[in-house]
Amino acid sequence: MENTILKIVNLSAGFGKNWVLKNINLEIEKNKVIAIMGPSGCGKSTLIRCINRMHEITSGAILEGRIYLDGKDIFLMPPVAVRRKIGMVFQRPNPFPTMSIYDNVIAGYILNGIKLKREERDRIVEETLKKAYLWEEVKDVLYKRGVFLSGGQQQRLCIARALAMDPEILLLDEPTSSLDPKATSMIEELIIKLKKTVTVVLVTHNRAQAARVSDYTAFLYLGEIIEFDKTSRMFTAPKDKRTEEYLTGKFG
Amino acid sequence: MEMRQDRTFKIMLWLGGISFFLLLLLIFILLFKESLYSINAFGIKFITGKVWDPVNEKFGLFPFFVGTILTSFISLFISLPFSLSLALLLSVYYKEGFINKVLSTTTELLAGIPSVIYGFWGLFFLVPLIRKVEIKLRIPPYGVGILTASLILAIMIIPYISSISKEVIKMVPQDLIEAGLSLGSTTWEVVKKVILPYCRSGIFAGILLGFGRAFGETMAVTMVIGNSNFVPENIFSPANTMASVIANEFTEATKDIHLSALIQIGLWLFVLSVIVNLIGSFIVKRYKIR
Repeated sequence: MENTILKIVNLSAGFGKNWVLKNINLEIEKNKVIAIMGPSGCGKSTLIRCINRMHEITSGAILEGRIYLDGKDIFLMPPVAVRRKIGMVFQRPNPFPTMSIYDNVIAGYILNGIKLKREERDRIVEETLKKAYLWEEVKDVLYKRGVFLSGGQQQRLCIARALAMDPEILLLDEPTSSLDPKATSMIEELIIKLKKTVTVVLVTHNRAQAARVSDYTAFLYLGEIIEFDKTSRMFTAPKDKRTEEYLTGKFG
Repeated sequence: MEMRQDRTFKIMLWLGGISFFLLLLLIFILLFKESLYSINAFGIKFITGKVWDPVNEKFGLFPFFVGTILTSFISLFISLPFSLSLALLLSVYYKEGFINKVLSTTTELLAGIPSVIYGFWGLFFLVPLIRKVEIKLRIPPYGVGILTASLILAIMIIPYISSISKEVIKMVPQDLIEAGLSLGSTTWEVVKKVILPYCRSGIFAGILLGFGRAFGETMAVTMVIGNSNFVPENIFSPANTMASVIANEFTEATKDIHLSALIQIGLWLFVLSVIVNLIGSFIVKRYKIR
């Protein structure tokens, strides 16, 4: 595939003696939205947590296989370096409660001890919040703590926090599962717009969401990728019977 | 039937609560009553007086106040880095496994050792050690004194500060730690910028508990502080704390005024610990997140 940004080769992962993911192979194209869809417990979260090497921080984590970012093996890079290039947004909005909205946006710089000039900081905060479509709502309360925002705003703040580090890939782990429909649709619109600047890998158990926002969809079932195809093709003409059954709501 | 049981239960709970309050009140009243003799005799001079001379019936608690403040703060200062490292080690780096078990069991045991044992250890190990240091520094080699007492206290309060800090740090949502790591930070950076700011009020509560413990600790301090009734000149000086002078002289206090003076020291010790605790809970409340 041309423009491949991320290549997963023979990846298996799990905890203790239990392999959650079995021999995953996946190629992800640059500046696209890729949905990883499947019933709960199928290993979706484990898969994206392997991509930014967060899987390894869990005690008892096991892992085999290779993942290449721009052709480089991420398991040969320091985890810290991988995570600066691959940002992540979690299921539940988790802005840092001790920091203001402003500081939350540049939290990556604060945490990594990267010193920025005042103007540069201001610029990053404004640009990133605009990218996350949050600027208009928070520009007057930038120095208030982020935890006072609504759930949807908090989640967009977390997206901004990840975007501020200018990652190549943005991992979204069911980012709307704790949000109301209105906040969900705002985040979905945002995801579609984000692919201009960043490749998005979106984990979701919501079929409609995968159909609405993604260019490609991987259907993950019991730790295996059953089908990976253009979203439009998979949703109209699934090749595998299990995909068809999942899409028509027979299980999961 | 069930309602009646509920009521009996409620009454029992109330009794428990009220009796503790009454107990506190009774202790205060008793201390106050027994101190009255010396309060009437010396007035405010008892607090500001720098001379404690039972033979000539001169009583001033200032030297002991200085001793208490010095030993408490120095011991806190010494124990803080150790306590926090231990807490972080057990709550962030080794959350489970062999190292965790060994270290947490050791700290728990450390907390359970009777203070007289600490006093012995101080006498036979720390005192000769400090004496050597003092000889090197060409100052009178007492061995006993403020620093020796502070060292003992520091060791004694480590389990308190570290176990509270550990519990508080464990309560930091895993979400936040992962958010920090996912931004490409090292664990240390997450500790510094996410975990510690989140826990500061809880850790402060732990420090306060340690301070309270150091403040009132009697036995071990009495054994190694040198029992000198003068205002300490430096951290090597033999001295006495408010608690240690009471323990040291209580059995020999044959005169009523001496006894009453010692009890008045107890009264102030009581008042000070109440104040420390009130300030503490005020700060904890104020800096609490949400």
